[in-house]
Order: sequence, then C-alpha cells, then structure tokens
Amino acid sequence: MKIKESVPQKIFHKCNVCFMVLMIVVTLYPFMYVLFASLSNATLLMAHQGPLWFPIAPNLEAYEAVLKNKMIFSGYRNTVIILAVSLMLNILLTSFGAYVLSRREIMIKKPLIIYIVFTMFFSGGLIPFYYVVTSLGMYDTLAAVILPSAINTFNLIILRTGFEGIPVSLEESAKLDGAGDLTILFKIMMPLTLPTIAVVILYYAVATWNAWFHAMIFIRTRSLYPLQLVLREILIGCDTSIMENGADLGEAQAVSETIQYAVIMVATMPVLMIYPFLQKYFVKGVLVGAVKG
Amino acid sequence: MPNKGEVELKALVQSSSLPIKKSCLVRLKEDIKKFKIVYMMALPVILYYLVFHYAPMYGAVIAFKNFNLADGIWGSEWVGLQNFMEFFNSRYFTRLLFNTLNISLNTLVWGFPAPIILALLLNELKGKVFSKTVQTITYLPHFISLVVICGMIQDFTSEKGIIVQLLSVFGFRPQNMLNNKNLFVPIYVISNIWQEVGWSSIVYLAALAGIEPELYEAAKIDGAGKLRQTLSITLPGLIPTIMVMLILRVGSLLNVGYEKIILLYNELTYETADIISSFTYRRGLQEFAWSYSAAVGLFNAVINFILLILANTISKKMNHTSLW
Repeated sequence: MKIKESVPQKIFHKCNVCFMVLMIVVTLYPFMYVLFASLSNATLLMAHQGPLWFPIAPNLEAYEAVLKNKMIFSGYRNTVIILAVSLMLNILLTSFGAYVLSRREIMIKKPLIIYIVFTMFFSGGLIPFYYVVTSLGMYDTLAAVILPSAINTFNLIILRTGFEGIPVSLEESAKLDGAGDLTILFKIMMPLTLPTIAVVILYYAVATWNAWFHAMIFIRTRSLYPLQLVLREILIGCDTSIMENGADLGEAQAVSETIQYAVIMVATMPVLMIYPFLQKYFVKGVLVGAVKG
Repeated sequence: MPNKGEVELKALVQSSSLPIKKSCLVRLKEDIKKFKIVYMMALPVILYYLVFHYAPMYGAVIAFKNFNLADGIWGSEWVGLQNFMEFFNSRYFTRLLFNTLNISLNTLVWGFPAPIILALLLNELKGKVFSKTVQTITYLPHFISLVVICGMIQDFTSEKGIIVQLLSVFGFRPQNMLNNKNLFVPIYVISNIWQEVGWSSIVYLAALAGIEPELYEAAKIDGAGKLRQTLSITLPGLIPTIMVMLILRVGSLLNVGYEKIILLYNELTYETADIISSFTYRRGLQEFAWSYSAAVGLFNAVINFILLILANTISKKMNHTSLW
C-alpha cells in the first residue's frame, strides 16, 4: 500500500533532489574545469571570461609539455617506489601489531595498548621529530619518507578490531593441528579479514600517494622528490620555469596556467580512476574505525 | 627483638605467597618463553613507536635548553622556562592563539553541521541508486591530495580565476584572493567543507541506518507527519553520534594542522593565517630557532593533550563512549 504524498512533501522531495544535483555539480565542476582548461588553447583561455563548459580550441600541448618534463617523470617513479616499499612495510608491521594486540592471554597486551594509544594524544612536536630523523642519518634519503609513517595507529586499531572478530575456536583448532603464530596470522587471520586488510591497504596507499610534507622537510636532492613535492613546486611555488624555455613573458604566463591544470590532471588521474571501484572499501573503514578501539 | 613465632609466621607468609606471586620480571620471562613468536612480532612495533614517537617526546626537552647541534640534546645549556617566557611575552603569542582559535572555531561552527544536514537530506532521498551516486561523488574530494586541492584553490582565486570571475558579477573587486588577509579564513573553511562534507557524513548515515524502522511505523500509525518523525525520531537517534563527534572536535580545538596553512598562506596573510603549528614549522625549520620553536610546539602539545583528556572524560560520562 502506498500512502499518497501531501503537497509540501512533494515540494520538499523536489527541492531535495535539486539540492543533491547541485551538490554533484559543486563537487565535480572544479575537476571538470581543470580538465577543460588543461585541454584548452593557453592564450584563448586567458582571454576567456566566466565558466568553462568545454575545452576552447582543444589541443594536447600542455600534456605534451608535462610528459616531457623530467621532474614529473622522476616524481612519478619515486612515488611508485615509495608506495611499493611503504605498503609492504605498512602491512607487515600493522598486521604484527594488530595480531599482538588481539592476543587475549599475553602479558604485555595492556601496557602495549597504552604505549601505542598514548602517541595519539601526545607528540613531542615537529622540531624534535625532525632532529631524531636527521640524527639517524635519514636526511635526504627516501627512508625519511618511508619509515616515520610505517605504522598508522588508526589503521592498527581498525585491523585489530578485524582480528578480534575472528572466533577463538578457529585459532584453537589450528593450534591443536600444530600451527604456530605466524601460520595463524598469515593463513587464518589475514585471509579471513581480507576486506579489512583491503581497507587498511587503501588508507595507507592514499596517504602515501598524497604525502608531501615529510619529503619537503627531509629531501633536498631534486631527483628524489616524490610526485606531490614536484606538484607543490609547480602549483604553489608557481615554478613553471622548469617547463618552458625561451618563451617571452606574456606567453610563458599563459602556457603556465594550462600546464598547471594538465599537471593536476596527470597527478590526480590514478586516484580518480581507481576510486569508483574501491569506494565501498573506503567507506567500510570509517565504520570499523568508529567502533571503539 | 622479634620472637620466634613472628619469624615463623613471616617465613610462612613468604613461602606461601612465593609460588603464586612471582616477581613481575620472572613472570614476563616465562611469558616471553611461552609466546616467543608473538613477542618477536611485537618487537618491531615497539621499536617503531620508540624511535618515531617516544624519542621525539624525549627530544622535546630542548624546549628547556639553549640547543645547538654541536652539543646535542644532552650537552646543550639548560635555560629552564626562558624559551616559553620569550614566546608568551612576544607579540606573536596572542596573534597565534587568536588565529588558531579563530580558524578552528570557524571550521567547527560552519563545518560541523554541514555533514549532519547532508546525511539527513540523503536519508530522505527515495531513489537508492541516486543516493549512492551522490554519496560516491561527495566522498571523492577527501581522497584528492592537499597539494592538488590547494593548487586548485590558488588558480581559482587568482585575479583571473573562475571564482573571482563569478564573484565579480556580484560587484566583487577582482583581486588575488589569497593575498587578502580578510579572505583567508573563509577560503580555508569553505574549501574544507567542500572537501570533507561527504566523507564526514558517513558516520551520521550509519547512525541513521541504525534507527529501528518500527519507530517510524509506530509514529505513522499515531498520525505523525514527516516533520514530526524527523524531530521526534531521527534527530534523537542521531544525538549520541553528534555528541561524540562534537566532543572530540572540541578536544582538538587547538590542534590545527599546518599542512594546508603552509600551502595557502604568504607574507601578506600571516596576520590572520599564521597559526601555532605553522609558526613552529617556520621558526624551527626555516629560521632554525630550534629550542624556541620546540617550546612553542610543546606548549601546543600540552594544551592539546589536556583538552583531549577533558573531552574524553566528558564523553565517557555522558555517553559511555571514549577513545580508549
């Protein structure tokens, strides 16, 4: 049976739908604008007024300039290297930590939880952190970008919650069959919590992909710059001089704007491409994390 | 002189309690022996936190010293609270405290209700597919890197940027908005809402999904309209979640991150944009005033800690929910 809607309700629903369409436009239009602008002719874009609904005199000049650029290329390469090494370290250490914290009978469980959670509430601050990392000889190496973010406490708690959801009986019967802790972790815990592991991997991957601050303070050699740091130089520092050579000032300015937009597209594409497929995993993490640790 | 009976009694107590209450160290040793692999797994985790979290906490003592690299943490001259006093008496102190609170409170006041409203409206949508689409799209900006977001903000708010062009229709004077100190906080807050509103609404959507449908059925039978249902069922159902989120936000009121600030501010906007954490970064890592900025950072960390503990205690009392 369907109850007929009253007039105010109908109006409300219409308005609500309109509002949601507006939300979609407001969220997506900036990206569309960047896409259209990156494909436009630089000089015509400068002269254009108002919103952009399609590329003006479409061409790929800006993308050619970006792809020719050595810094973008090395940035991509460095980020991929950092991502590969980081993820292995992340998942190994986080699953170790989560496994230890999910043991019921072990003596150090409680002190260890306090030891770990305390770091969420108090930190020594940026300057001592910088001093520690540099005095360990990591200055200007990729280790300074990888090691300090080897474990994220939130992700550790998410994974521990996942591990604790596995029935004890499974583990006990495995133990009776002679399985050691490593076997239980890798052959039982991790396969059974695969969705949670996926969430944690995704969170780590996005964080590593987007990270720039540690690279900025620790890395001096330009050939070691990760992508985001190269981006910062081009987008925020307005340093497009590395890209063009020999253009006069007016033209250089015009080119730089389309190049900036093309750089944004090139750097954001991977996230935009995989996001729709993995979105449900991302959401799951928030809800697991919302359960108290 | 203790008599024989007393001595015997003591010996008896000792001998009887010994097997049950072994010293902590002995028990730990046995525990390690029993769960050798587990302890070996714990080792790198303990080491990680020791090196990258606890060593910097120890290193924070340079806030009380006149630190120089040659003498190291231990060898540098002890100056007590001098660095803190210098900060409290400087003209920066009130400015930084005000800016941090200003940005934080504005983010809270405008940014906190937004995801709740979005979740409530999403909940009213009839088409499930449409609702899912809106959700998927509004979550997206959360995953875009801050560098890209700030690059976009900079391009859009530059003198010829699209936002300036749109605003000029309403009589806005074309200018580079990021160079205007009065516009920094609005730009910061609005872009924050744009980036996070969808993602922050997930918690509320989950809470809404947890409200029992029977309640709505009963209300309908009692003749409650849609508005009545929202006020009497939906909102009360959301209150616990809202309270927890609010209290946690209040707990991190002075804990404003420096990353976005550093990407967006410049000399022209320091007056409204410079906050405690960005100041620490600039003084410490660009001007190399190590001890001074460590003191500023430590001051901030201690206040954050106190606020968070307070918030957590209140949350525990009110909702029986807390971070630990």
